[in-house]
Amino acid sequence: MQCRWEAKKSLAVNIAGIAMKTPVMVASGTFGFGLEFEDFVDLSQVGAVVVKGTTLLPRAGNSGRRIAETPAGMLNCIGLENPGVEEFLTAILPELSRRDVPVIVNISGNTVEEYGELAACLEGSGVAGLEVNISCPNVKQGGIAFGTCPDSAAAVVRMVKANSTLPVIAKLSPNVTDIVLMAKAVEGAGADAISLINTLLGMAIDIHSWKPVLGNTVGGLSGPAVKPVALRMVWQVARAVAVPVIGMGGIMTGEDAVEFLLAGAAAVSVGTANFIDPTAPVSVAAGIQTYLEQRRLNHVNDIVGQLILA
Amino acid sequence: MSGKFAEPARVVSQVSLSDEVRRLTLAAPGTAAALRPGQFVHLKIADSYEPLLRRPFSVTAADPAAGTLEIIYRIVGKGTGLMAAMTAGDGVNCLGPLGNGFTPQGQRPLLVGGGMGLAPLLMLAGALCPRPVTVLMGGRDHRELFWTDLFAGVCHNTHITTDDGSMGRQGLTVDLLPELLAQNHFDMIYSCGPQPMLAAVARIAALRQIPCQVSLEDYMACGLGACLSCTCAGTDGKRRKVCTDGPVFWAGEVLA
Repeated sequence: MQCRWEAKKSLAVNIAGIAMKTPVMVASGTFGFGLEFEDFVDLSQVGAVVVKGTTLLPRAGNSGRRIAETPAGMLNCIGLENPGVEEFLTAILPELSRRDVPVIVNISGNTVEEYGELAACLEGSGVAGLEVNISCPNVKQGGIAFGTCPDSAAAVVRMVKANSTLPVIAKLSPNVTDIVLMAKAVEGAGADAISLINTLLGMAIDIHSWKPVLGNTVGGLSGPAVKPVALRMVWQVARAVAVPVIGMGGIMTGEDAVEFLLAGAAAVSVGTANFIDPTAPVSVAAGIQTYLEQRRLNHVNDIVGQLILA
Repeated sequence: MSGKFAEPARVVSQVSLSDEVRRLTLAAPGTAAALRPGQFVHLKIADSYEPLLRRPFSVTAADPAAGTLEIIYRIVGKGTGLMAAMTAGDGVNCLGPLGNGFTPQGQRPLLVGGGMGLAPLLMLAGALCPRPVTVLMGGRDHRELFWTDLFAGVCHNTHITTDDGSMGRQGLTVDLLPELLAQNHFDMIYSCGPQPMLAAVARIAALRQIPCQVSLEDYMACGLGACLSCTCAGTDGKRRKVCTDGPVFWAGEVLA
């Protein structure tokens, strides 16, 4: 049964030119193409739908077991299974476009040139923005390989910007020594916003078989377990760059989201929470609204970056 | 709207069927009214981050009038361990009904189930009544005797194999299957159990040109077709999601 809730104006934000009714987006790969959740959520009350990581050609993803539960979290090694950009444009976007919600396409390439081609394919399609995935830990080529070196991250963002008039969000990997260095590199290359964090590279081992639990041996950790790391990185990045920051990593409740907003995130994404509570994008937004009302605050922007340091 | 629910459900009762197996009855009226045989529910067992994810379960019976559904499960880990400790009145969150169920067809159906794979077939057997239903069940040993009692009420004929021969014929269901097919006329086969068993059942059914549906299982997070944890390769080269394209498939769609 769909959750009935309507966002008040106090939640409306604008991120890099993308107008959203709430500051609560959904993280790529955790919400499918949005339509999968319509039994539970009115998509018009979601800040933005960031669709599953899309590649030029269809991808089958990794073989073997793809998820493992961990303490307060989960590992995944899906491996960017997706139908490819053409199928997205012809079979999925026409339906999704009928919903009153900004659609952001997460794009992933094997080469810098492929990111450019993807951006060009999506030009004029009606999507609201692009999220450049330089942080997927589960593919052999591309993905995180671009996101752990400032020069290649910048090169990818420059290529996308050169092929697109849409707002470009760079999604950063936490698997780096200096997250601020990466953030400044993508900002310098023209990113209109920065989203973080993608998953933390992790592993689980079956002590009975002496084998890795996951088919791909390693996978990306998400869920409440990563929230303190995500919050720290969002805070570090938000104070170091001028572009808006979209914070994510283990957000399950409105209170979690408020922490990210105080740390400097202009918007947040819910990810793993969608797997547990399909109404999460709305319940988290409702939680923020309740928080604002209780504190007698007029607008969500009143708390963004308002962390008080001792 | 396709009528899926994420509803707070209450434990009505829980009974032990063996050392490791329990039957849990839940009051979940929305799901109970809408669920068809072969569909599943995805339960959030504790209102905490440990364990974090939902657990998928086949449903063995649903009573729309009473608003209840039954799950038979084996205690295997943290989630099912917590479930086993639940008593009447305890709460879980029930997401369902999920996936596509069995297509009830044929006048002489044969059900082939291995281990906990018998669970969805139990509800199907009830739905196929009054057609004469035959079940071929396989288990590890005599401790799975409870399945015989459960199926006795809904099936005309029951055939049993166990790995150790402590009950029924020693061996696997697929060892006995060719014999059953030679001696009887069946016009539909439904199967659920370990993947190698399903592959063998599908192969034998195809040889005899008997339509066959299989119910697959896999690790999954969302149950809604979003996380892509549970996808498998279709025989046409396209991927299938066990949660939303299945868990019930025509055998030829997913098994070569």
